[in-house]
Amino acid sequence: MRLDLVDITKSFPGVLANDRVSLNVSSGEVLALIGENGAGKSTLMNVLYGMYRPDSGEIRIDGQPTTFQSAADAIAAGIGMVHQHFMLVPVFSVAENVVLGVEPTGALGSLDIAKARQMVKEVSDKYHLDLDPDALIENLPVGIQQRVEIVKVLLRDAKVVVFDEPTAVLTPSEILEFFEIVKSLVDAGKGVVFITHKLKEALHIADRIAVLRRGTVVGETTPTQADENKIAEMMVGRPVQLVVSKNSAQPGEEVLSVSDLTVLDPDGRTVVDDISFAVRRGEIVGIAGVQGNGQTELVETLTGLRAANNGSVRLGGDDITVASPRLRHEMGMAHIPEDRQRQGLVVGMSIAQNLVLTRYHSPEFSNGVSMDWGKVHDVSEELVKNYDVRTNDVDNLASTLSGGNQQKVIVARELSRDLRLAVASQPTRGVDVGSIEYIHSQIVKERDAGTAVLIVSTELDEVMALSDRILVMYRGKIVAEVDPKKTSAMDIGLYMAGSKPQGVAS
Amino acid sequence: MPRWFDALGSRLNRMSSLVITLLAVVSALVVGAVIIILSDVERLGNGEIGAAFSELATAYSALVRGSVGSLRALSETVNNSTPFIIAGVSVALAFKTGLFNIGATGQMLAGGLATTWVGFVMDGPAIVQIPLALLAGLVGGALFGAIPGVLKARTGAHEVITTIMLNYIASFTILWALDTQLFQRPDRSDPISKFVSDEAMLPKVFGFIGLGEKFPAHSGIIVALLVVAAYWWFLERSKMGFEFQAFGQNADAAEYAGMRAKRLTVVGMVVAGGIAGVAGGIEILGRYGYATQTFAGTIGFDAIAVALLGRSTPLGTMFSAILFGALQSGGREMQVETDINIDLIVVLRALIVMFIAAPLLVKAIWRVKSAQVSTGQTFKGWGS
Repeated sequence: MRLDLVDITKSFPGVLANDRVSLNVSSGEVLALIGENGAGKSTLMNVLYGMYRPDSGEIRIDGQPTTFQSAADAIAAGIGMVHQHFMLVPVFSVAENVVLGVEPTGALGSLDIAKARQMVKEVSDKYHLDLDPDALIENLPVGIQQRVEIVKVLLRDAKVVVFDEPTAVLTPSEILEFFEIVKSLVDAGKGVVFITHKLKEALHIADRIAVLRRGTVVGETTPTQADENKIAEMMVGRPVQLVVSKNSAQPGEEVLSVSDLTVLDPDGRTVVDDISFAVRRGEIVGIAGVQGNGQTELVETLTGLRAANNGSVRLGGDDITVASPRLRHEMGMAHIPEDRQRQGLVVGMSIAQNLVLTRYHSPEFSNGVSMDWGKVHDVSEELVKNYDVRTNDVDNLASTLSGGNQQKVIVARELSRDLRLAVASQPTRGVDVGSIEYIHSQIVKERDAGTAVLIVSTELDEVMALSDRILVMYRGKIVAEVDPKKTSAMDIGLYMAGSKPQGVAS
Repeated sequence: MPRWFDALGSRLNRMSSLVITLLAVVSALVVGAVIIILSDVERLGNGEIGAAFSELATAYSALVRGSVGSLRALSETVNNSTPFIIAGVSVALAFKTGLFNIGATGQMLAGGLATTWVGFVMDGPAIVQIPLALLAGLVGGALFGAIPGVLKARTGAHEVITTIMLNYIASFTILWALDTQLFQRPDRSDPISKFVSDEAMLPKVFGFIGLGEKFPAHSGIIVALLVVAAYWWFLERSKMGFEFQAFGQNADAAEYAGMRAKRLTVVGMVVAGGIAGVAGGIEILGRYGYATQTFAGTIGFDAIAVALLGRSTPLGTMFSAILFGALQSGGREMQVETDINIDLIVVLRALIVMFIAAPLLVKAIWRVKSAQVSTGQTFKGWGS
């Protein structure tokens, strides 16, 4: 099968989301569709999947023009989509989820669950998905849930499978397994469309790479013709510095010292297990680890959002183990939280209000009773300019900003004052390439100004690029401390998985 | 997604929530008209379709005349709107803090009882007694509002459940109190309080220029307008208002930013309760002059609809309260002039709220274009 999108144009009020976009994908190949957030990838896929109808242009299947009125039409035409957010019923089994909507029935319309199990097993075996048809979804890790979505698509006879940011939710090892699955799909003659903003992954898995920027296809290339720098430049429209440029660190005295810190979750499980480490002035310490190994809880404890069960946290010699978040803030601690939508911003408030969210109460902005919004406005305009937040009015709602610009608002708020310690958790998650470059440079600048910086990220590349020292967390413990210049990503990956590289004594 | 939705989406254009609100009111009136006609079984049965329509015309014109048709009608509308405004602000402020205050009725009863007590133990002068009595109402409502606030902060008990239950507690506590020597009118055996002193009664709003007879509305409306102004200032200018709204929209972010969630929960309920308490006090000093078990009526519940309709903004809440007040006085006139029961007003209000809660329905009916699909959500913050 060959699928063609021809001159697709789709506009929303004030936005031309897709402007004469043409793409094609055939059986047995992987097309990576890459672009920054807001470049029009999702709109294009919704057009393909029958959710939106294009203003002009057409979809052709094997050369025949087709129109889709709904997702059902797209599915019938052999197009399957694996969404970023899974559409599964947590309390149902794998087999039950897979057959939802196309249930095999026996006499009197009763559900033939044995048949369903059989169907899952066949597909699972054929593509080496290794699925247990009777497992409940809620008990499965995200990577396996994604396979259930894949089986759903395959059972509906998809010939072209679209993956929307499939690796965003996966751990590094799950990503590798996912790529194996993609290969087996291609071997079986499926066409694959892989939507992503991760350059490495596109280069790794795709046969062809189409780059989308501001609603148009700015170029198509192949992994052999292009490298990361070239694709990044196509995405952003200017040369991008992918490597963080920084001088070697000049560490000074200890600013943050953590000793014997232990934190339990509400169920009484140990999530941070007897951790001790220090961060010195003028250095960036990175904490690497697969998501869910205690990093979130560690950061929340360091910033005062979670109580420590044992051990102590000191900031510049003062014990702050039980200090409130506000006191820590006033003592010169900045916190870039891991989830900007959930914690870092009140998206229904203005950009200006978000820029003062952690210091609205200071005498600069408030006399204790009323707010000086004029002052807030002026300071915000300055911050927006200095931190390159793209907006035409600081009184716009924060929800109107792209992910990258929202993150810059947080960075501006947290780093634009005299600091002793900056704690940044997932500082560039879901942020476009151009903004990543900028945020990284700001973090390095902060270090060079003499701040102690602690970076927590599940993106190993990011930790390696930024850190002067790396601590690896695994199951609540720090299992290794390594020098990023002298250690390979492979070795750190092994520590992250709980094992040790060869040649290292235990 | 259905095609009509897509078609609607592609014609998107900017439209304010004000237009939606107005259209919801018009839609409710249209449905109300259908109900009036259809429920006129007698005339319809006799085939007197024309007569049924003229009854409808009479009803709706009575609605207008009874609410704004004369000075007296206007005055009645003002008196009806006053408690709606104040209690509406109470619920709206709680909404902005992310709290659903269903307990305005109980807080009105608590505040009203406190006001009544100050009303009969003193005997003027008005300039002292009225503020004191209303202050007592504020404190009474605030204390009663503190209970669900503390329960939520300490134990996580949801305020929807606790405030509903506290309404019953207030209702029966006041029944008991009105039976005690302290409150009960000496010559009565039923639960009814002593009269407040004449000095404590709110003066006519235009009494000072001799319009007290023609326009007998009491000066509670001035308190109500002050409450609206204070609410505006609180939301737009105060530090605490900023904290309330940040907390209401994103409790996690508020905690991250160093705000104290538990304190905000308690203070939010205390302030909302205090305002509702004032509404209760105003009803005592402006309308009744004494307390009964049912003096708060359904105002506390109607206030939820008022806040929803007004999208919890100061002006929105005020105007929707005035609309509710006007429907109330117009409805009475309608009941007098036609066979239609005043309960139709309740139906109209329910329809308005339903249409507000379903903005897509209103947009589909009136084929209007809108950029933002408002969810009818009231927990939105700043300037919304």
